[in-house]
This record gives sequence, C-alpha cells and structure tokens, in this order.
Amino acid sequence: MTAELVRGQNHTLPQTRLEIRVSAGCPVVAGATLGDEHGTVRGTEWVAHPGSPRLPGLEVSRQAAADHRLAVDLDALPGAVHRVTVLLALPTGAGHPARFGAVAAPFVAVTGLDGTEIATFTLIGLDTESAVAALELYRRQGAWKVRAVGQGYAAGLAGMLADQGLDRAAELAASIQDAVASGLARSVAPPPPRAPEGERVRHPSGPAPAPTDPAPPRPGSEPLGGPTTGPAPGATTGTAPGAAAAGNAAPGTAGGGPIDYAHPRRQTSAPPPPPPTAPAAAPGQPAPPVAGDATGWSMDERLYNQIWGMFEDLARAVAAYRSAVDFAESRMEQELDRALSDPRHRMGGAGDLARERARDKCQDLTARAREVLDRDLSQLAAESAVVEPALPAPYAGWGNPVWHGYRVPMELPMALRLGDLHLPERTDLRIPLLVRLPLERGVWIDSGRTASEAAAATGGDRLRRLAMDTAVTLAARLLAVYPANEFSVHVIDPAGAAAGALAPLTDAGVLAAPPASGAGGVSAVLAHLTRRVDLVQMAVRAGAADSLPPDLDTGEHLLIVNDFPHGFDDRAVTQLRYLADEGPAVGVHLLMVADREDARDYGPVLDPLWRSLLRVTPVADDHLVDPWVGHAWTYEPCRVPEGSRVLEQVLALVAAARRADPR
Amino acid sequence: MTVNMTKGQAISLQKSDGGTLTAVRMGLGWQAAPRRGLFGSRTREIDLDASAVLFADKQPVDVVFFRHLTSDDGSVKHTGDNLVGGAGSGGDDEAILVDLQRVPVHIDQIVFTVNSFTGQTFQEVQNAFCRIVDETNGQELARYTLDGGGQYTAQIMAKVHRVGNGWQMTALGNPANGRTFQDLMPSILPHL
Repeated sequence: MTAELVRGQNHTLPQTRLEIRVSAGCPVVAGATLGDEHGTVRGTEWVAHPGSPRLPGLEVSRQAAADHRLAVDLDALPGAVHRVTVLLALPTGAGHPARFGAVAAPFVAVTGLDGTEIATFTLIGLDTESAVAALELYRRQGAWKVRAVGQGYAAGLAGMLADQGLDRAAELAASIQDAVASGLARSVAPPPPRAPEGERVRHPSGPAPAPTDPAPPRPGSEPLGGPTTGPAPGATTGTAPGAAAAGNAAPGTAGGGPIDYAHPRRQTSAPPPPPPTAPAAAPGQPAPPVAGDATGWSMDERLYNQIWGMFEDLARAVAAYRSAVDFAESRMEQELDRALSDPRHRMGGAGDLARERARDKCQDLTARAREVLDRDLSQLAAESAVVEPALPAPYAGWGNPVWHGYRVPMELPMALRLGDLHLPERTDLRIPLLVRLPLERGVWIDSGRTASEAAAATGGDRLRRLAMDTAVTLAARLLAVYPANEFSVHVIDPAGAAAGALAPLTDAGVLAAPPASGAGGVSAVLAHLTRRVDLVQMAVRAGAADSLPPDLDTGEHLLIVNDFPHGFDDRAVTQLRYLADEGPAVGVHLLMVADREDARDYGPVLDPLWRSLLRVTPVADDHLVDPWVGHAWTYEPCRVPEGSRVLEQVLALVAAARRADPR
Repeated sequence: MTVNMTKGQAISLQKSDGGTLTAVRMGLGWQAAPRRGLFGSRTREIDLDASAVLFADKQPVDVVFFRHLTSDDGSVKHTGDNLVGGAGSGGDDEAILVDLQRVPVHIDQIVFTVNSFTGQTFQEVQNAFCRIVDETNGQELARYTLDGGGQYTAQIMAKVHRVGNGWQMTALGNPANGRTFQDLMPSILPHL
C-alpha cells in the first residue's frame, strides 16, 4: 500500500534496497548527502552528485533530467551514516527556470526494486527556491524510515549544502553545476521540428523579421510582388523546386504582371516531385535502400531526414543489442551465484553442469542479439553506401566528387555537415553530423588534451594545429555553401600563431579583413561586430529594419577566435560573451579554437560561454550524445583528403564569385 | 473478424495466410462521462493511460508510457498522452505500436495495461475499449469493452509473448487498481 506523505510525515521502510524515482516538469539535478548521527555531512566525499555519482550504497544519475532513478542500498552505507538526504536542484544557466515556483511540482517516490511504491511525496508550495531537500531516509532504532522534508532554499544548492554543515559549500555547488553543464553541452540537440514549407523563408539579412512578415524590408530592395528580375533578395523561398518549376505564382516570379493575387505565403500549390521509390523487394528480403527515401519537399530535405532517420535507427539498433547483452550477462552472473550457493551442487558434477548451462544461455542470447545487430548494421551500411554518393556538397565530405563540380550556390542549403559520427560496434559505418543553417549555436573546437586515445597520441602543438585546420575547413565549408557575399569570416589570431593554418583563407582572399592580431586588433574586430549586433537588435526591437545605416553589411558573420584567452583583456572577454549570447539571433556566430585549461584563470565566469557552444574536437573523440538513447558517439571532423586541392579550388570559386558581385 | 475476448483466452497472432504478425497496435479509446444536472455541458475529464511493460525472463526491462514514449530500442512506440478522451467516435485515443520484428532478442513478453490516471473507475467511463490491431492491414484481432467493468481503475489487458520464432497473444483481462503501471507491478507478475 502506497503511503502518500505530506511534509514532515514519516513512514517505515520495509526493505533496504530501494529506488527513489523523481519526476519533475523540467530537467533537474538530483543528488544525495549522507549525514552522521548529528545530521552533519562530514565532507564532500559524503555527497553524491552528477560529478561524483557513486558512493557505497548510493548512486545518482550523471545529468540533469526530468526523471531520475536513484538506487539506494541502505545496508551498504558506511556504519557512521545515519541519514540520507535526497536533494533536487535546478540547473543554472540560460534556458533553465530559475525557481521551482515556475515549474510543475516535483514528485518523489520511494519504491522497491520491482517498482512497487512504498511512499510518495509531491513537493508543493515551492516558490523562489532553486534547490530543495526532498526526502530524508534515517535510522531509528536499527530500522530505516523515510520522512518527507520539502525544505526549499532560495540560496540554491550552495545554501542548502552550507546548511548541512559543509564548508566550501559554494565551491562544491559550483562543481556540481559544472558537471551538469558539461553533460548538457555534450548532448546533440534533436532535429528541430520541420517548419512548413511556406514558413521556410530564408532571411539572409541580419534582422530576423516578425513571423508575419515574409520579406524583411531592406534598404534598396524591391517591394514584394513587384516585377523583379531574379528572386527578391529578402524573400527567396526555401527549396521548393516543384513550385518554382511550375512558375506558379511564387512571389518575385510573377512574370511581369504588376499584381500578384497569390497568397504570399502559399508557395507549395504544386506538389513536390514524388520521392524515389524502392524497387519491389524479393520476398523475405529487406527492400534495397534508395537515397532520398524519406519525406520532404525537396531532395535536400529528404536526404536530411533520411540521415537523421539513419542516425536514430543506428542509435536504437545498438541500444537493443547492448541491452540484450547486458541482460544476458547479468542473468548469467545471477545464475552462477545461485549455482555456487546451492548446497546440492557441492558434490559431483551438478554444479559444473549448472555453471556450464548458465554460460551457454548467455552465449546463446548474445549470439542471437549479435545476429540481429549484424542484420540491422548491414542494412544501414547498404543505405549509407547509396546515400553518401547522392549527397549535395553541403552534406558531403571533402572526399566526395560532388565538391569537384562545386558551383557557388544561389540559396542557402538546409544544413551543413560538421563531421562524422560512429559507434564502436561498427566503426566504418559513419553517420554525417548535420546541423541546420543558419547556425543556431556557435562551435568550439577543443584544442586541449581530451580523454580520447587519438588526442593522447597527438602532441600538444600538433593538436593545436589540427584544431586550427579544422576551424579553417569548417569556415571554408560555410563560405562555400552560402551565396556569394552573404557570409563573411573574421579572424582573431592575437599572436599570429595560426598564419600557416589560415593560409588557404588568406591566399584565396575570402576573409573580410586580414587576421587581427595584438590587443588593438582584438578590440577593433570585437567592437565592429558588437556594433553590428547592437544596431540590428535595436532595429528589430523597434520594428525599423529599414533605418539601418546603409554601410551595414546584412549578411551573416563568423568570428574565428584562435588562442583564446591570449590577447583578451576583461573588456574583450565581456564583449565576446555578449556576442556568444546575442549574436546567433542576428547572424553573428562564434568559432572558438581554444583549450579550456588556458582560460582557467577566469574561473566559472566563462562556463556559460563554453556551454553555449557545440564542442567538437580536431581528432576522434567520443563525447557527443544522441538525443534518443544517450550513447557516446565518436566524432571526427571532415578532413580534406591528403594531396587534394579541393579546398583551394572551392575557395577560389568563392573569391571569384565575390569579385563578380561586389556589394 | 473481431474476437471479443474473455479472460485467459489465448490467441495465436497469426495471420489468416499463415505468416506471423510483424506489427501490432494496442489502441485505447474512451469518452468522458457527461455530468448530469445543471451545467450539464461541463464534463469531467477522464484520463486513461495505456502502457506497455517489456519483460525479459520475468524482469521488467523497459516501460513505454506517457512519460517514456519510445522504448530505448525503438521497437515500441506510444503515440502520446491523451488527457481527456475522445468525443466518442470510436477511434483510438491513445495507441501503442509494437514492431515485433525489432523487439530485442532478450525481451520475451510485453504486457499491455490501462490505467485511469484521474481515478475514475471503469464504471464511470463511457464507450471505453481497448483493442489489438494488426498494424499491417488494420484488422482488429481482439477487443475488450471496459465500461461497466466494475469498481476498478486499471486493467491488465493482454500480453504478447514469444512462441518459437513468432509471437502469441494471451488475453488477461485482469482488473486491478492503480494510477500508473508501477502500481500494477504486483498484479502483473503472476501473469508472466
């Protein structure tokens, strides 16, 4: 019978192996502290939190989540422990609610291992608190009981830990939040919901127009629906070849008529061409894969969806395999234990036989799981083999021949390939990591030593050089997929250390200005971009996008920062953080090449900056997490094949297109 | 042809042409009970929830319910929580799709349950049913009528389990009480 506790009420626990389930309306951090008979937490080693999730007899999860399961084995706790306090806290940082009053009341349940609820408690009545001690498990005359506490702390995690007698509580609270934040930064965001085609209007100019306004007024742009030659720059539709081919009343292609009666947003009156259909499969065989075999209005969109589908399928197929293998192993261990403890097995061969049988069962199940996995993997590999060659340049690796036929595009593609992802079960099956354009968050290329083998095998200087090379190829990729003159790249290289790596960009002359060096150069570039962000933001807020000064470049900007924080003073750091926060919304993006260790002196001030960027590495490293199952995926950047001149050729074409169409 | 199932009845999930089933859907539909008397248009909200518990060797391994809509392996999918029921048109208000071919090899039983999250007993719910449909051709394989089902807030409806290389379904139809599937675990275990 479940006891529904109210604040202060207690309940006897019938068993010592328990699970504590937490459900909250938003991601929360769950942790636990151990207290002695006076209720004092003796040190940080008595706190289980995402940064140190395991204590004897206690395990909490590593990341913030809306649902938690804390495993507790009260018998395994140290004898000095008389109290276990389960605490919840809201993760700090942008995008998270700051108080429990703003989210649904968290619900905590103490359950047995089979899921039967013993006691439940809903933490109602919280307001400005950002941390709360939810439950307390405590010893009373040799037995354990649970008490509903629900004590909130407006001072947050630090205040709560200090209240439990921990010195250096603020430090510990900061490290907990940091561990949570690094968990969040590791996650690959799920693909955004697809906008209906009519909404997918591209905004090459900085000011993001109100959703009801499909054509942002730009200085000098033609009014919408007028007889324009070529697509109006502010209102180029997304990718609707069907509508365009039919010449069907798309704005800007009205063919000379002065009045366009078509609804300005309804551009998909012609159905998209049907997706390629797979040839009929032989009975009993899976259908042969076909590139573009997914939904979407254009081939690009179909391929994008197909790749995300492959990503999810691979994640789930591997999850099924891993869970089957885990289950087989844990069952075998249980059976071995049982065989060992059965007195009938002490004599004769019965015990050996039982052990043998347990091992066979495990091997049999593992083999069957492997068979299913191999079937799935070979299907996905076959799909990858037809999809990869069919990819358009923005989705393709540098080795793909499509880059040799590169032409400067007229419109922005849907997404860009940042690199490849793979799992250890099959390392040659690579899934492209596609991010939507325009970029929604900046990128941080970690030039520091990471835990990966590849990084350990590479020298520090070599790693820095690789990181900068990665940044340059990524910048080149962005330059190449944007229409001419709609994307500019700025470089801050305070010590001039990256001149060699930057050569492809500087030689081709595609940079907005030579790489800025020295403190003066740093502040000049930052001031220029900050001014742009300020002006565009002001114009957007005031709804007066047409009053921007005519010399303002309305394209998108990328700022490459090498060697951060070298050459940065406090003011410059503040400006950089401002750009990271406010830039993406108005088309200014950051590409940091940095080692977090170098910026250690700044302390936690910079944590939000690192967190807001997508971290990638110059060498293979398994730090990215998928949004479905949470596997650790190994990321590798797109590399130009050895001896290939494709990067230079592409950049030369970009430079030529810029010269042909000067702004 | 629909089989109106009775408790304990087992049916083999085989198609009429002899092939085994590859995908099934558990559908749940209901209609909010109208309030009588003054302000008659004000109906009380009834929230029924469908859940599927995946067992490996009698141990629960994964659960698909309104807070976990897709099993980690992707084989079982919940179409999403419906909090108020339908207008009584007879369609499924909540559904759980099971791709039997993709179910991991160690999962040998999947138990479907229905709970009344808002606490009304099945007596108060109108036109409530749950059914199992062959997803490949839309044919209804089994149907339970829940309304008028007595003072119960939950029902352990059916289980599908591995038999040889295929799957078989057994109707359980066991009434129980509970708000979510966790409350039902003790009543599920005897059926495994």
